[in-house]
Amino acid sequence: MDPEIRYVAATGAVGAGVDSGALERALEIEPHFIAADAGTTDAGPYYLGAGEAAYPREAVKRDLTLILAAGTKARIPVLIGSAGTAGADVHVDQVFGIAREIAAEFDLELPTAVIRSEQDKDYLCELMRAGRIRPLEAAPNADERTIRESARIVGMMGVEPLQKALVQGAQFILAGRCSDSALYAAMPILRGFPAGLAWHAGKVAECGTMACEGARRGVLTATIRAREALLRPVGEGLRCTPQSVAAHSLYENAHPYLHQECAGVLDLTDTVFEAVDDRTVRLAGSRFTPSGEYTVKLEGAALVGCQSIMVGGIRDPYVLRRFDTWLAEVREIIERAVARTLGLGAGDWTLIFHVYGKDAVMGALEPRADHIGHEVGIVVEATCATQDLATKAMQLARQPFLHHGVPEWLGGVTSFACLHNPAHVDRGPVYHFNLNHVALPGSPDEMFRTELLTLGGGR
Amino acid sequence: MKLGELASLIRSKNAGPFMLTFDVLFPSEQAYQRVKRSGVLSIERFARIYRCPPSSVRFFACDNARAFKFSMPRPLVQGDLGDGDMHGGQQFAPLTDLEIP
Repeated sequence: MDPEIRYVAATGAVGAGVDSGALERALEIEPHFIAADAGTTDAGPYYLGAGEAAYPREAVKRDLTLILAAGTKARIPVLIGSAGTAGADVHVDQVFGIAREIAAEFDLELPTAVIRSEQDKDYLCELMRAGRIRPLEAAPNADERTIRESARIVGMMGVEPLQKALVQGAQFILAGRCSDSALYAAMPILRGFPAGLAWHAGKVAECGTMACEGARRGVLTATIRAREALLRPVGEGLRCTPQSVAAHSLYENAHPYLHQECAGVLDLTDTVFEAVDDRTVRLAGSRFTPSGEYTVKLEGAALVGCQSIMVGGIRDPYVLRRFDTWLAEVREIIERAVARTLGLGAGDWTLIFHVYGKDAVMGALEPRADHIGHEVGIVVEATCATQDLATKAMQLARQPFLHHGVPEWLGGVTSFACLHNPAHVDRGPVYHFNLNHVALPGSPDEMFRTELLTLGGGR
Repeated sequence: MKLGELASLIRSKNAGPFMLTFDVLFPSEQAYQRVKRSGVLSIERFARIYRCPPSSVRFFACDNARAFKFSMPRPLVQGDLGDGDMHGGQQFAPLTDLEIP
């Protein structure tokens, strides 16, 4: 066994930007692979639901070009996970199309594995009937209907499908929805390095230079040995410190020390973070405890309806001093008009007012909702079964907002300052996340489909 | 002193679409220990501020990161109708004003 394995985390998100100079310099460590994550649920349910990407195609192409060029130059595998933001088949296809363009333009020829993780609904319904789909913390209720009504459902792969692709000689692995850390843990674990260190280093590396102090441009490198892992950034002014790395383990995780993966739990309870030099941190003591069962996290998105919004503001001090009452009156007038004109009753559509300057940002959590500024901004939002209905509901909302008055003013008033013309903005379909569950497949392979092919080379 | 003046970073963020997590980080061991000793940060206090049952809140004092962490279920799932903070990044604000003796 080699004494160590080294890798480069090219960026925290493909499409967010790769520092090409730092990536090139990072190749001096002679890495064994380069990886980058390309997806997240943090962008919201729309991308999984609609099958679109959060970053522009041009940005993804630029980043992927730089990463593939670096991997080709160093003759090492490149792993990209959670392709196209949400990692469903349509997203994998989009990114694969981009990769094919790059291969043609730069005359690349790469043994490639495309691993898909979108889930068949019949298969998931079978698992559900067999009691093999379980809710996680704060999960919504889900049944077979939930699965059937989803626009798309993906399963988050662990290291196993990636490792198989590596063993089969893939130099470019394009994966659907994938644990971010698994991209980085797959090869180290395959080569016999400790799973605890491999997963922990991967967890730090997956956000790129987010785990560093200093400016964010640059790349992160990791070295994993039998008893320690080293994290070191490449980039002007970037430093990994014990605190920056320890703090990053908290980021976007509900638990600071325990991180669930498909095959077990990464446990950082006894991890020691030490400074090696002014920019390098050593990790030791991170453990990986295998679970008795293999679980695959599911992510699903379903259509809620179609939306139309209207943005405007109120400056009138008399409206503002009785604002809650005024707004309730406006709501009533709109709801009556929509019922009368479009035949939509209370349960048929949703009308929401986001009042900026009051409680739009924190909603029910806002402790100061009784305070109101000298002006408020309102986003009026109607969600209906069709875009046609949502648009018409918003058209009906405009007049009540404009002309509903207050007792202090006698005569016609215009109480609402519309921002746009037309006042309404059609937002199209909106989706919601409908699963926070894990599936228990019969085997780690069962939920993922790998296709081996050659990228480029005239094909 | 206010918590916001002692901390080097107070942040909130989604921990997946169904949970919110809050981190409070400090520039020095001294500042971290001062807040830790004060006992101001607790599950009960957090649950009052964020109007959730204490049983739904998790609280950690992470010595190695000089950080405190709270986690709670999101009152609205990320992106559900009515959710005003897609990334959960602005929910920390009330913590900044906590008075630390």
